[in-house]
Amino acid sequence: MVVLAGVSVIVFALVHLVPGDPVRLALGTRFSQETYDALRERSGLDQPLVQQFFSWLGGALTGDLGVSFRSGDTVTSLIAERLPATLTLAFASILVALAIAIPLGTISALRPRSLVDRFATVISQFGISVPDFWVAIVLILVFAGTLGWLPSGGYVPLSEDPLGWLQRLIMPAVVTGTVSGSVITRFVRSSVLEALGADHVRTAQAKGLPARQVFTWHVLRNALLPLVTVTGVQLAYLLSGVVVVEIVFSWPGLGQLALQSVQSRDYPVLQGAILLFAVVFLVINLIVDLLYTAIDPRIRR
Amino acid sequence: MTAGAPPVLEVEDLRVRLRTPRGPADVVNGLSYTVGAGETVAVVGESGSGKSVSVLALLGLLPARVATVTGRAVLQGEDLLTMKPERLRQVRGPGAGMVFQDPMTSLNPVLTIGRQLVEGIRAHGDVDKAAARRRAAELLAEVGLPDPEGTLDRYPHELSGGMRQRVIIAIALSNSPALLIADEATTALDVTVQAQIIDLVEKLQAERGTGVIWITHDLGVVAGIADRVLVMYGGRCVEDGTVDDVLENPVHPYTRGLLGALPDLAQPAVDGVVPDLATVPGVPPAPTDLPKGCVFWPRCPVRGDARCETEQPPLAVIGSADVALPHRAATWCLEGTSGAGSPEGGLR
Amino acid sequence: MTGQPLPPPDAPVAGQGDAKGTSPGPTTLRPVRPRWRETLGLLARNPTAATATLVLIGIILMSVFDETLAPQGPNEIDVADRLQSPSWSHPFGTDDLGRDILSRVILGAGVSLRVGFLAVGIALVIGTLIGLLAGFYGRWVDDVLMRIMDMFFAFPAVLLAIAILAVRGPGSGNTALAIGIVYIPIFARVTRASVLGVREEVYVRASRSVGASDLRLLTRHVLPNAAPPIIVQTSISLAFAVLAEAALSFLGLGTQPPSPSWGLMLAEGRGFIDLAWWLAFFPGMAIFLTVLCFNLLGDGLRDVLDPKQRTLMAGGGR
Repeated sequence: MVVLAGVSVIVFALVHLVPGDPVRLALGTRFSQETYDALRERSGLDQPLVQQFFSWLGGALTGDLGVSFRSGDTVTSLIAERLPATLTLAFASILVALAIAIPLGTISALRPRSLVDRFATVISQFGISVPDFWVAIVLILVFAGTLGWLPSGGYVPLSEDPLGWLQRLIMPAVVTGTVSGSVITRFVRSSVLEALGADHVRTAQAKGLPARQVFTWHVLRNALLPLVTVTGVQLAYLLSGVVVVEIVFSWPGLGQLALQSVQSRDYPVLQGAILLFAVVFLVINLIVDLLYTAIDPRIRR
Repeated sequence: MTAGAPPVLEVEDLRVRLRTPRGPADVVNGLSYTVGAGETVAVVGESGSGKSVSVLALLGLLPARVATVTGRAVLQGEDLLTMKPERLRQVRGPGAGMVFQDPMTSLNPVLTIGRQLVEGIRAHGDVDKAAARRRAAELLAEVGLPDPEGTLDRYPHELSGGMRQRVIIAIALSNSPALLIADEATTALDVTVQAQIIDLVEKLQAERGTGVIWITHDLGVVAGIADRVLVMYGGRCVEDGTVDDVLENPVHPYTRGLLGALPDLAQPAVDGVVPDLATVPGVPPAPTDLPKGCVFWPRCPVRGDARCETEQPPLAVIGSADVALPHRAATWCLEGTSGAGSPEGGLR
Repeated sequence: MTGQPLPPPDAPVAGQGDAKGTSPGPTTLRPVRPRWRETLGLLARNPTAATATLVLIGIILMSVFDETLAPQGPNEIDVADRLQSPSWSHPFGTDDLGRDILSRVILGAGVSLRVGFLAVGIALVIGTLIGLLAGFYGRWVDDVLMRIMDMFFAFPAVLLAIAILAVRGPGSGNTALAIGIVYIPIFARVTRASVLGVREEVYVRASRSVGASDLRLLTRHVLPNAAPPIIVQTSISLAFAVLAEAALSFLGLGTQPPSPSWGLMLAEGRGFIDLAWWLAFFPGMAIFLTVLCFNLLGDGLRDVLDPKQRTLMAGGGR
């Protein structure tokens, strides 16, 4: 809660306390004094800062994040419009990431220095180091351009065109999923390696449990507990940090909205989007904590 | 010791070589001993003497990728070292149960006690869940845990170290093994709990006739529990015999050093105050680079024979060979040992 | 059992301690400082990290001597030579204005590295200072500082950088500032965790007991011993800073044209991807290679300096 309050202060301060007049910037170079005053008044910028903050905060608490400088729509409606696309991409990406990371990380931990392990190391290092937007461009060139198998971008809702939805989702989800998957793969590998060396694994073996049972219940189960945290961090990142990939694939998500609001100096929208992301981050952290309590008996009480 | 009956375990020329980044390490170098039904054999030595590795090797608990185990280890008529993996798995539990050093880490923290007991019981017999659970509760009662039923549903972190070690003993005993291996089972516990655990094992052993290998570096525990003692150094047995022979009439300079029986081996007195711990100065040899002659030679204060530096002394019988358990020691320096007792008149 | 004092053969034996010498034994009063030559030696024995270091030195040298190395000026326009595919005269081809891609990639290295080093420098200095104070003084200092860091941590890195650029305006200086601010909490956290680890070490308490000043304690004892994870984090952060600069420039918020920034070149090349793949390919490779090398160096340093893995997971910065 303290963090959330601080976050809202920072979001607000970011836009208001830094030199530069947002209204002037929003209007560009040519505008009349009347337009300027009108916009200033409409967005409440003529009031004292503290009052501005509290009216914004009050609004934010009731779901009113103000009105876009540019389109005149409410910020809340703009965000709501973009939310499905962002959620779709984030969850598809995390699925791709886990589908890559869990098997690959586990196998390479079980067979350190094997071919699979080396392959996983190279692939995950590649995934972490490669610029995702560059991969996106290359994929578009190959699959949309040369092969013509997939559309190069855009988004259609699942309810309207399931096939088109899937076709458009594949490439962005693979790109962002690979990046997250690389991070998670490394994590799973070290986590499984650590679990394999735990004393209780030897106890389980000494009981005469079948190898598969030892692995499932005494290695994997323990190794995957902390995966919840990493997955949470990655999900938070996917929900907010994939601006560049959204742009490349013309994916109408929140990242794109945030970037457009920056480019058009549409501060209420930017403010709203950033606040939303911060809240999402905190909510995911909270869910991770709750989940952890549910699955790890050591912190249940 | 029940003389005449075949031993539960017969180990012959056990050798373990580990692959390490610094080259092959000969951790166990030709170890032979037997454990009879109802008998307790204490294996004593410093860390790095190969005592833990030697028992982990018996049950195939060393990673196969780095460990090469040779020799013979016959448990109830079957050689553990040549067994197929599936047969070995079946033997772990009913053939031999194992209790580990650290009760804090030897139980899986995210599974209930009940589950960890039940899965061991069900791995070795067609027992339904309810029956296995009843058996688990009985076991917990047998090892002296209050509220066995309630404990089944608890997690390891909710129990104290001593209680956890009782749980681990219950797990080890859950399939009524012929042999129980306790690897430093009381080291991590405080003294009162240690004594309770030792009493518990002795009681269960008496009831069931289990053979016990008790690995420890604590000679007090040895005196309290063992029928016979095997002193390990550098992966070898340097002295063995009945507990009375070894503790009261130690022959090998290393054993005597451990027992504080050689005053010049103990740490020098500072200001006339005799240090209260009898430690042997120096470090044990690295298993990657064992000495050519007697393994103890680099640290030995006696070195009473020309062969010490070049030739490993064999285990030779001391005193009468005509007893069930002859007292043996691997040293060239056998003179002047008769009558050298433990300074405080023995440990018992 | 008797009260007979018994030999503790399992007690750690003097001289047998941590072979790496990173954790001082209980009797050492003086900390064992990170040994630079040993570290470099160990690093040199790790072929991956050694190669990465060599390539990085190459890239840095390239950016220092870029004007000499580049066959052409970055903005030499030759309309006759537009969109040439890679050839002997233009190994990486030319762009839509006929500019030599190879020259622009070479000159772009300087931009990327300058922004990267500046950004990490900002984060390193401020973040380490905050982490040091929080970890060393604890109590309310810790609470207040780390709570503030948590707030900054709650913002998605890229968006926080975008927002800062939005208010400060685009440009490479502001890009470095934005990335630097974003990475401050990471350094603060890593430093704090590391300081907490060494604060109670014997040599620190010993120095304190003989009346060493806080400043002296911090600079002479705490910081040097808390440094390894910070060093690892620096290398990894450089990787992400280069990546972030490219991303921000790609979005048009970072380095501005006509500067030859790799991210900007990628953005320009994106429009010609069907016609001339080399426009986007070579700058992308340059980013990838640089980021990869910083990451590999970070991994190598981590293996040598920080076996306990106190550094935040690499993905934390992304």
